[in-house]
Amino acid sequence: MTPYYLNYLEELESEAIFILREVWAQFQNPVILFSGGKDSILVTHLAKKAFHPAKIPFALMHVDTGHNFPEALQFRDELADKLGVRLIVGSVQESIDKGRVAEEKGKNATRNALQITTLLDAIDEHKVDCAIGGGRRDEEKARAKERFFSHRDDFGQWDPKNQRPELWNLLNGKHFEGEHFRAFPISNWTEMDVWNYLTKEGIEIPSLYLAHDRDVVLRNGSWIPKSKFLKLEPNEEIVRKKIRFRTLGDITITGGIESDADTMEKIVAEVSTMRETERGNRSDDKRSETAMEDRKKDGYF
Amino acid sequence: MEIDKNQLLRFTTAGSVDDGKSTLIGRLLYDSKSIFEDQLASIENTSQQKGIDGVDLALFTDGLKDEREQGITIDVAYRYFTTPKRKFIIADTPGHIQYTRNMVTGASTANAAVILIDARHGVIEQTKRHAFIASLLNIPHIIVCVNKMDLVDFKEEVFNDIRQQFEAFSSKLLIKDIRFIPISALLGDNVVNRSENMPWFQGSPMLSELENMHISSDTNKIDARFAVQTVIRPQRDGFIDYRGYAGRIASGIYRVGDGVTVLPSGFKSKIKSINAGDKEVEEAFAPMSISMTLEDDIDVSRGDMIVKTNNQPELLQEFDVMLCWLNNDQAKPRTKYTIQHTSNEQKAMIKDVVYKIDINTYDRDTDDKSLKMNDIARVKIRTTQRLMLDSYRDNRNTGSITLIDEATKETVAAGMLV
Repeated sequence: MTPYYLNYLEELESEAIFILREVWAQFQNPVILFSGGKDSILVTHLAKKAFHPAKIPFALMHVDTGHNFPEALQFRDELADKLGVRLIVGSVQESIDKGRVAEEKGKNATRNALQITTLLDAIDEHKVDCAIGGGRRDEEKARAKERFFSHRDDFGQWDPKNQRPELWNLLNGKHFEGEHFRAFPISNWTEMDVWNYLTKEGIEIPSLYLAHDRDVVLRNGSWIPKSKFLKLEPNEEIVRKKIRFRTLGDITITGGIESDADTMEKIVAEVSTMRETERGNRSDDKRSETAMEDRKKDGYF
Repeated sequence: MEIDKNQLLRFTTAGSVDDGKSTLIGRLLYDSKSIFEDQLASIENTSQQKGIDGVDLALFTDGLKDEREQGITIDVAYRYFTTPKRKFIIADTPGHIQYTRNMVTGASTANAAVILIDARHGVIEQTKRHAFIASLLNIPHIIVCVNKMDLVDFKEEVFNDIRQQFEAFSSKLLIKDIRFIPISALLGDNVVNRSENMPWFQGSPMLSELENMHISSDTNKIDARFAVQTVIRPQRDGFIDYRGYAGRIASGIYRVGDGVTVLPSGFKSKIKSINAGDKEVEEAFAPMSISMTLEDDIDVSRGDMIVKTNNQPELLQEFDVMLCWLNNDQAKPRTKYTIQHTSNEQKAMIKDVVYKIDINTYDRDTDDKSLKMNDIARVKIRTTQRLMLDSYRDNRNTGSITLIDEATKETVAAGMLV
């Protein structure tokens, strides 16, 4: 006898597919914001399921800070190629060269905040009316209040106090010229859900997530990878460690953790015993209590 | 955790900081080991700054800047935790009357509602309001937690008294399944772990109720309803004539070979194939996202509903709903709104306000015809085309609507078909 109920991963999958199809139906020119990280890979995989046997009807949009892990870029290009989807790249370097933004100064300078301008410019240039992201509500407290369909005004800004109510399965994507939406199909997934699903479905992810040997330096309690952008402080030294990354951001700000988990199964086992949130190793979130909330209001992912 | 079997349960908690709602959620997350160390460290830090001894669990649910400054919850916040038996999503909603719309939002998809009562105060206006909303939104299961039992010496009489008060007024409401639990969120009694202070209580702690309640029947599996979201047309070799009708099954079960009718056109056909993702399946049920193909080449598009020929919804152009007004701007009589119902969209107007309900006393007011933010009223709606409707009591997905103001494009009201 068939049990007529879904397990929680099947229910999350069904919800995400519903939202992706709703995006397709309600918007003219939606794209998937693709970072090369596991969450955007998951969203892309779900989009493939949502429109099977047709191709994914969305382009992938990547904001290239110029500070990426080379492995992540390679993975991005191969995936776009395999799925036969268009890849749109917005370049932070170009924004800097055009004088749209200025590089941050100081020891912990990053290009994290600069991405906002490049992202909004790319959305504008390509007339994107909905950018689908891999944001999850469990990541951060400002994200805990995010809608599936999140309205952005014509400055690309998020107003947390003026969000549209979302009831049942009724999503409202109506907007004026110049405004756009962000859609978050995996809002209700936790980090653990993502790993369990990726493992169950056998979805390929960049090797950076698996334990590997790498030259790193200890900074603010995280192992920051060696790269051409890394400037060592006098008291710092490069060491070789077996590490893996829990999230993938810029190579300059993403810290790894020491780990022996070199298979998906081992990662699932490791994550289930983790006692720190995954963004705990992201220096972009450590800047202040409201770092994410402030960036989101400005138009961040 | 057995991921193959474990279900997802969504519950809503309505209440204010005074009821200990934040402490309860903090306690649930803490005792179920769902709080990470860096989060705990941050809470310990803030607790110290505020001069609080130990850890103030309520701080864990602190949200946006304004909310922290004012010490209140303004919007629905979603929290997640997992036990070896289930995954849980908490829709944490503010309990004050001016946030009725957020309670309604959080309640719309919930399997269960947790209603908190302060043992020292018993049933108050707010309790009645929360119970009313839980009943109006047809939340299948209700857990009434009598909190702060530690402050009334864990006395059984206090608990029994409150239980009787609640049962007295709630008999007027439609509630299918209700359970009462005496707890102390602050000390952890009967939240995750059984209370040693209340041996007289024979029931289970709150978490084990949530882990074990039967929720498979919360989704209607009788009336097959499938609203088409979009049509999949691959237009490539091997799929030239393929037309897959994609959507999420609202209720019921569909099998290959079933005789179906497409509404509103009334064309009949049979299900030729069903796809769940990239896999072909013989049958599918709510709430699966699927696509199906039909034997006959008929015109089907977004907003149409595919139902079984022997069990159909009503096609109505004029109907009554219980409407909750969600917007700062008042309702404008005889103005055209966009109405959303499943994947269907039409124009609609509010023809009449039949009565408004005082959600604290349940009194009806037939004179006041205005609809302001947080008002709940029975109204008559007329649409330009017929909608395929079921009563909300039978079907939460096909008995619910929202209204969108065409001038601002905002969602201004949510309605449940009477």
